[in-house]
Amino acid sequence: MPSVMIRKSDSGALLFYVAKKDMEETIATVETDTAESWGGEVELTDGSKWYVEPISPPPVFPTTLRFKRAE
Amino acid sequence: MANLTREETLDLIQEVLEVYPEKAKKDRAKHLAVNDQSIEQSKKCITSNRKSLPGVMTVRGCAYAGSKGVVWGPIKDMIHISHGPVGCGQYSRAGRRNYYVGMTGVNTFGTMNFTSDFQEKDIVFGGDKKLAKLIDEIEGLFPLNKGISVQSECPIGLIGDDIEAVSKKKAKELDKPIVPVRCEGFRGVSQSLGHHIACDSIRDWVIGNRDGDDSFQTTPYDVAVIGDYNIGGDAWASRILLEEMGLRVVAQWAGDGTLAEIELTPKVKLNLIHCYRSMNYISRHMEEKYGIPWMEYNFFGPTKIAESLRKIAACFDETIQAGAERVIAKYEAQYAAVIAKYRPRLEGKRVMLYVGGLRPRHVIGAYEDLGMEVVGTGYEFAHNDDYDRTIKDMSDSTLLYDDVTGYEFEEFVKRIKPDLIGSGIKEKYIFQKMGIPFRQMHSWDYSGPYHGYDGFAIFARDMDMTINNPCWAKLHAPWLADQAAQSEQQEPKRASA
Repeated sequence: MPSVMIRKSDSGALLFYVAKKDMEETIATVETDTAESWGGEVELTDGSKWYVEPISPPPVFPTTLRFKRAE
Repeated sequence: MANLTREETLDLIQEVLEVYPEKAKKDRAKHLAVNDQSIEQSKKCITSNRKSLPGVMTVRGCAYAGSKGVVWGPIKDMIHISHGPVGCGQYSRAGRRNYYVGMTGVNTFGTMNFTSDFQEKDIVFGGDKKLAKLIDEIEGLFPLNKGISVQSECPIGLIGDDIEAVSKKKAKELDKPIVPVRCEGFRGVSQSLGHHIACDSIRDWVIGNRDGDDSFQTTPYDVAVIGDYNIGGDAWASRILLEEMGLRVVAQWAGDGTLAEIELTPKVKLNLIHCYRSMNYISRHMEEKYGIPWMEYNFFGPTKIAESLRKIAACFDETIQAGAERVIAKYEAQYAAVIAKYRPRLEGKRVMLYVGGLRPRHVIGAYEDLGMEVVGTGYEFAHNDDYDRTIKDMSDSTLLYDDVTGYEFEEFVKRIKPDLIGSGIKEKYIFQKMGIPFRQMHSWDYSGPYHGYDGFAIFARDMDMTINNPCWAKLHAPWLADQAAQSEQQEPKRASA
C-alpha cells in the first residue's frame, strides 16, 4: 500500500510518483474518471496496475493517495 | 582518438568487467550502459541507487553528508550541531565552499563546526543530557543564531537517543526552532537518502512555521531558488539574472540562505529547482500543500541559460517575458566574446564527467557551447529519474556509468582517452598523475561561480587553463621518456596554444 503522489505534468498527463520506490510513471488509463468520482483501477504506461477506492468528489491534484497493487 | 561506436563501447564495458568475480560482474554490468537516445525510461538500460558492492572503491558519501553537508549546512544563520563523535563534523567543515555574507561567529555560522564530541561514556549512558547542555551553551555564546538543527551521526541511531524530545523541550525554552534530523550515516545507500531526510525534516519542522501569517508582502513575481548551494558564488550569479528580468527572489535554498527565507518559501508563486536530486522532495511537498508549481532550470552555458530564462518567463506575464529577452540581449556581447576567445582553443576536446546530483547532465550544454563534447557521464548517487533526464542530453553510444568504481573509471579513461575529466577530489590526483587534464566539478576546483553568464566566462577560462596547460606533457617518468615521445608524435600536441 504505497503512498502515491499524483500530479499533473506539463503536458497535462497525470504522473504517478512513489517517493519510496523512486518511481515516476505516467498514468495511461483510469477506470472511473467522471465529474462525480475518480479512482478504481489505474494502469500506468509501464503496464503495472494499481487500485484505489473511487474518491468522490474527484480529488484536486496534486494529492497523495494510498494505492494497492491490482491483479 | 575517434569516438567509439555502440559495439565498441559495449565491448569496452565487457572487457572492463572481465576482472570481476562472476557475481560482482553480474551486479556491476547493470550499472554500466551505452547511451541510446531512443530509450524513454532509463530503468530499461541502467540500474541506480543500489548498495555499492563491498570491496570496490566507491566515492559515495553517507546520509549525514547529504543532510548536514548539502541541505542544512549552507543555511547560514542556523547552527548545525554534528551530534556524535567529533570527526564527521570536522572533516566535512567548510569543504563545500557554500559562500555567504555575514559575520561568521556572530550572526552567521556556515564555516564553523559545532559538535557534541561523543565519548565512550556518552555511548554507554546516552547523550541526551549532553545535547541539552550543548544547546544551552550555544545559546549563551551565539545568541544571534536563528535556530539550531541537530544532525545525527551514526551512534545516535545505534544507541537510540531521543533527540526529538530534547529538541522539543529546548525549542520551547528558547523559543527558537530546533530541528532534530535523523540522518544517521548508515541509512540508505548514499548521501541521496540524507537529502530526502533533510527535506522531510524541513517539511515537518520549518516549512509550516508561518502558515496563517499573512504579514509578508507578496508580489506576483515572487520566486524561490531551490537547490543552488552557492558554491563559489553560484547562487549570486543566478540570482542577478532572475532579478534583472523582473522577478523577486524571496528565498535561496540553501546557499547563502537563512531560516526566515525558508519559512517564507510557501508564499512564493513558483519554485525554481536547480538541483533536482537533492530538493525535488520539498518542491513536491510545497506543490501538494501550498499549490506552488515547480520547474527545473539549468544555468550552465548561454544556450541553456537562454532556454531556461524563456521557460521561466513563460510562467509569468509579458513584462517578465520581455525582461527575459532583455537579459539575454544584454549579455549576448559578453558571452559571444567568451565563445570567440575560447572556442578555437577548446573545439573538439572530449570530456568525461563523474559527479553528483545535477552536474553530469547540466554542464553538458556549457561544454557544447565551447565546442567540446561529453563522451561519458555518470552519477555517484543518482536515481532513475536523473538518468531519464540524462539520456536525452547525451549523444548516442556514449558511456553512462552509475556509482562507478575506481577501477572501472580508470580503465574507461585509459581506453577512451578524454582530453579532460571533470570529477571530484578523490579522482583528481590519479588522473593528473596519468597526465590527463582534470577539473574538480564539485567545488569548481576552488574557482567559480560557474552558473549564469558571469559564471560561464569563468568556466570557459578554467577549462582552457586546464586543458591547454603545458604541464601535462611533462608528466611522464624519465625512464619512459622514449615511449612518451612516441605517443606525443602520434597525438596532436596538447600544449599547442
